[in-house]
Formats: sequence, structure tokens, C-alpha cells
Amino acid sequence: MSAVFEQIFQVGFLAAIIRIATPLAFATLGEMFSERAGVLNLGIEGIMLLSAMAGFTAASLSGSLWLGVLMAVLVGALMGALHALFTVALGLSQHVCGIGVTLFCSGLAYFLYRLIFGQQSVPPSIDGFKTVPIPLLSDIPILGPAVFNQFTLVYLAIFAIPLAAFVLYRTPWGLSVRMVGENPRAADSAGVSVIATRFQAVILGGALMGLAGAFLTMAQFNAFTFGVVSGRGWVAIALVVFGRWDPWRSAGAALLFAFVDALQLRMQASGLGHIPYEAFLMLPFIFTIVAMAFMSRNAVAPSALLKPFRREER
Amino acid sequence: MFRLQARTSTPAWFNLTLPLVAIAATLILCSGLIAIAGAGVIEAYGVMLSASLGDSYAITETLVRAAPMIFTGLAVAIAFRAKFWNIGAEGQLLAGAVASCFVGAIPMPGYLAMLLMALVGAAAGALVALVPATLRVKFKVDDVVSSLLLNSVIYYALMALIEGPWKDTFSGYPISPPIEDSANFPVLIEGTRLHLGVVVALIAAPLCWFLIARTTLGFRIRVTGENPEAARYGGINVQRVLLSTALLSGALAGLAGVGEVGGVHFQVMSDISPGYGYSGIVVAMLARLNPLGVVPAAIFLAAVMTGAEAMSRATGVPAFLSDVIQGTALLAMLVALLFTAYRIRRVGAQP
Repeated sequence: MSAVFEQIFQVGFLAAIIRIATPLAFATLGEMFSERAGVLNLGIEGIMLLSAMAGFTAASLSGSLWLGVLMAVLVGALMGALHALFTVALGLSQHVCGIGVTLFCSGLAYFLYRLIFGQQSVPPSIDGFKTVPIPLLSDIPILGPAVFNQFTLVYLAIFAIPLAAFVLYRTPWGLSVRMVGENPRAADSAGVSVIATRFQAVILGGALMGLAGAFLTMAQFNAFTFGVVSGRGWVAIALVVFGRWDPWRSAGAALLFAFVDALQLRMQASGLGHIPYEAFLMLPFIFTIVAMAFMSRNAVAPSALLKPFRREER
Repeated sequence: MFRLQARTSTPAWFNLTLPLVAIAATLILCSGLIAIAGAGVIEAYGVMLSASLGDSYAITETLVRAAPMIFTGLAVAIAFRAKFWNIGAEGQLLAGAVASCFVGAIPMPGYLAMLLMALVGAAAGALVALVPATLRVKFKVDDVVSSLLLNSVIYYALMALIEGPWKDTFSGYPISPPIEDSANFPVLIEGTRLHLGVVVALIAAPLCWFLIARTTLGFRIRVTGENPEAARYGGINVQRVLLSTALLSGALAGLAGVGEVGGVHFQVMSDISPGYGYSGIVVAMLARLNPLGVVPAAIFLAAVMTGAEAMSRATGVPAFLSDVIQGTALLAMLVALLFTAYRIRRVGAQP
């Protein structure tokens, strides 16, 4: 038991949890904003992939990592707008449109990547972000090096959680988002534009998904591979449910998932006999499904989630 | 000003026209990517067409590719009819492939082996589909999310199998041992890969149509999907219908995997499905969830896939164009479907 305890409180392990949680936190917050406004975005998996590719390409061609991040955020926002066009403006099925956006974005990411970089035996890589220690805070034992000696994007994610909570609960725009997600008819009567607010929320969500993609190819892996997202988008959708559509709880859910994922990576590395590492890769997904079974019964989704709004229809 | 106005009825000719309009729009939109890649649009599409449907051999190749998508397309069409959002056809296909590969490796008379492969593969797919359906019925877990997550679980399970106990110790390749020669599905036309499974897929479509349109279960599936409240009021056990739909849908997706093992690859490897499960969603939507429409829709996507490879060799345009076409076709079809529910009316001058 104490051996397990020691493992968990190793600096490297804690740092790994934070790093795994970062893209999930961005993606989960992005999906949460979209769903709070009443729009399920199943395009998340593809949006993350396309943003990851766009960011990597921009960084690799320009030599500027921050330009890459900007590109990823722009592409994410643009694809969010595409999803909003279909689901909010045209009121089409959010389930099927989301799958369509994911298929479209993934296909486009593969296509453009192959067009720009050709077929290479070793995938091209970039010199990704370096960790930036925060003075004083990084000297705190254990917690310091794990949390305060990280990539700038990690700090951004930590900062994004209270910011998201503030925007959602304490600003007029956040109130509009919650209104159009709960009762669009009432929001409309109160003079809130349901269509505009939903568009804004889905676009903001797409931008956050773009940040998640940027982190994957510019901080975590420093290269783009076809499996770079590998289900993280789907996991984020589950984490939103698990986090009951709340920024703090969703971020907590991301940390919990990251813990299971980091544990699984440790088990791979410890070389548990002859078990192939893919067997461990299943664990975080099984954990998420089981967790959803426990959480979903009492979960209360935004009332207008999945419901398109057309003003003239009563 | 233009406005959408609700339609009271849909003209019958829409059923055929809408997918064709969606496909035409898709090909026009995607021609931009061909141009960006520096190839001639007419030339590229020409190569795609001739390589997929240009001669009898090409047609058999396209049919071989269409078979798994007919099965996954049927699986999705039936599930969506009941509004059971089964996005897990990919995982169900892989489960069917793995299960049938286990059975096919056991020495026994050929026809018995094929029959057992189909039964066990269908059962494996059905069991996998039962998970999201049960989670939805018992725990209110969103079926979309659970079936998507399950795809990853099944994929990694397959990878663990072929990297672990199944790994080829001689070559070191991550592939399963081959099934028995006698269990290989018979080839119907000498010199092609057109196997028995393709015919089974073509027969499955009208059977599914009959089931949906003419049987009690089909009626229950439709009512449950269209109006669960009315279904409940009419004495239909909605939960039971959802579970039956899941079993049926999963079994069909599982058969897609059986066909790939028995008729095409004769073993299991990591890329046994290039996303046939997800393509099934595109197929089902193009077919407007009608099992009979699944066949031409699957043949269209198969032609795009087969043609894209030839186009890539001839013009250098990445073959991933076929993935973009699939996604665009799905979105274009959804937009086209708007015209079944609404018509565009000019509003303005008149009060």
C-alpha cells in the first residue's frame, strides 16, 4: 500500500497528471459552454484533430509556436461556427451533424497534412513548448515542480477554469448562455437573441477545443500523427456529463480521468509481465463508461439541450 | 427575404432526388480540394469513376468494399429508426471480426465453419451493442457517448490480442493467425474477390426492409423512434424495443466484421476496418434510413473509396479525399433533408 502511495506522490507522476489533464480541461470547458447554450457538439473529436494539425503546420512553417496556437484557436472557432450553422441556424439534428463535422474535419486534417508534408517514414516534428518555472511557487516541495514548472498552456488551462466559472455565472453573457440552454422561449421574450447567443457559445467552445488540439501537437507530442487525439474528444463529452455541466466539477472530472490515465501509463512502464500495453489503454475508457453509469441517473442536462429553436414555431 | 415554411407533405420523387443533389453538391465542394492539390478536377473524378465502376473487375472490387458498409449502414439505419443512437458500429464490427476469427481457426467442415462464424460474429456484435442500450435503459447514460467510448475499448482490446496472444511469433507482425482454408468464403467469380458474403449483404437489405416495414417488431421500432410517448400509451414496452433494436443493430454490424475476416482478409489485423462503422452512419443517412436505399448508398461510398486510391496513384491527390467526401456528403444530405420538412418561400412585399 505504501508503495502505491509513494508512486502517487512522486513529482513525475503528479506532473504527468497535470499534463494529461490540460488538453482535456480545455476540451471539456469548450464542450460545456456549447452544451450550456443547448448545443451538443459531437464535432469535438474532429475539431481537435483539425486544430492540432493546423497549429502544428503553422508552427512548423512559420517557426513560431504562438502563431501555431493562434491558428489552432482560429480553426477551432471556425469549425465551431460551422457546427452552429448546421445545428443553430438550420436547426438540424445535433447528433448527426456532430458526427458529420467530425468526419469532415478528420478527413480534411488527414488530406491537408498529407498534401503539405507528403508521406514520410518518420513524421516531421517541431521544437515544442518548453516548461516555464514560476519563481518562488516552483520551489514548493512536490507540488511546486509538478504544477508550477509546466508549459505556459498548462497555466492558461488552470487560469481558464475560474475564468469560465466567472463568465458563466457572473456575467450578463453567461446568464444569456444559461437562459438559452434552459428556456430559449423565455430568453427570447426577455430580449436575448437565442440564435446569436448559441452561435457565440459554440464558437467559444470550438476555440477552446482548438487550444486542446494545439496542446497535443505543440507541447505534448511535438508532432502530428493520425492518432493524436484518439478518443480524447469523446472522453471530454463524457466528462461534461460527469462534471454536471459545471466548470469546476468538469475540470475536476478531467483531473480524475488524467489520474487514471497516468496510472495506466505507469502500469505500462512497469512492464507488468507480458501484457501488451494496449490492454492498459482500455482502462481509462472503461473507467469513464462505468463512471457515467454511476453519475448519469442524477445528472440534469440543460433542458433545451438537443432542441433547435425556431422563433415562428410555438 | 426568404423564409423556411413548414411543409405538410413530401413529394415522392424527393426520396431519390435528395441524395443525388447532396452527392452532386459534395462532389462540387470537394473539387476545390482537388484543385488545391494541383490536379485537374475532371481528370481526377474521371479516374475515380473508371477505377471503381469502369469495368467488370472494378465493379466487383467496389461491391466487395460495399458489403461491410451495407451491413453497418443497415445497423445504423435500424438503430436510428428507433432513435437508439448507435455510433458504435465500428466497435461492433471489430468484435464480430475477432469472434469469427476465433471460430474460423478451429478445424471443421467448411460450411459449418462459415455458419458458426456468422452466428458467433453476429452474437459478438449484438453483445457489444447491448452495452450502450442497457446503460441507457437502466442508468440513463447517453447512448452516443457510451457507444463512442466503447469503440475505443474494443479497438484496444483487438490491438492487445494481436500484439499479445495472437502475435505472429515467427514474423513478429501484429496479426492474428489465419482462419482455416476451408472456412474461407467461396469466391463467386473466378479471378475476382467477389465472395459469398457480398451476396449475403445484398440479401440482408431487403430482409431488413421487410422487417422494418412489414413486421410487428418493425412497427414497434418505428413508433418508438417517432413518438415514444405514443408508443408507451399504445402498450409498447419501449425499453424492450430499444434492447431488441440494439441486438439487431449490433448483430448486423458484427456481420460486417465476419465478412471482412471470412471473405477478404482471412485474419484480423489493426486496420481491418478503415472506419466502416462510421461510414455506416453516412450510408444510413444518404439512404434516409430506408434499408433498400442502403445498398446504392454503400456502393457509392465504396466507389469513392476504391476510386480515391486509383486517383491518388494517377494524380497525386491524397486518397484521404474520400474521407472528406464522406463527411461532406453526410452534412450535405442533412441540409438537403431540410427540404422534406420545409420549403423556401419568398416573403417581403406583400403584407
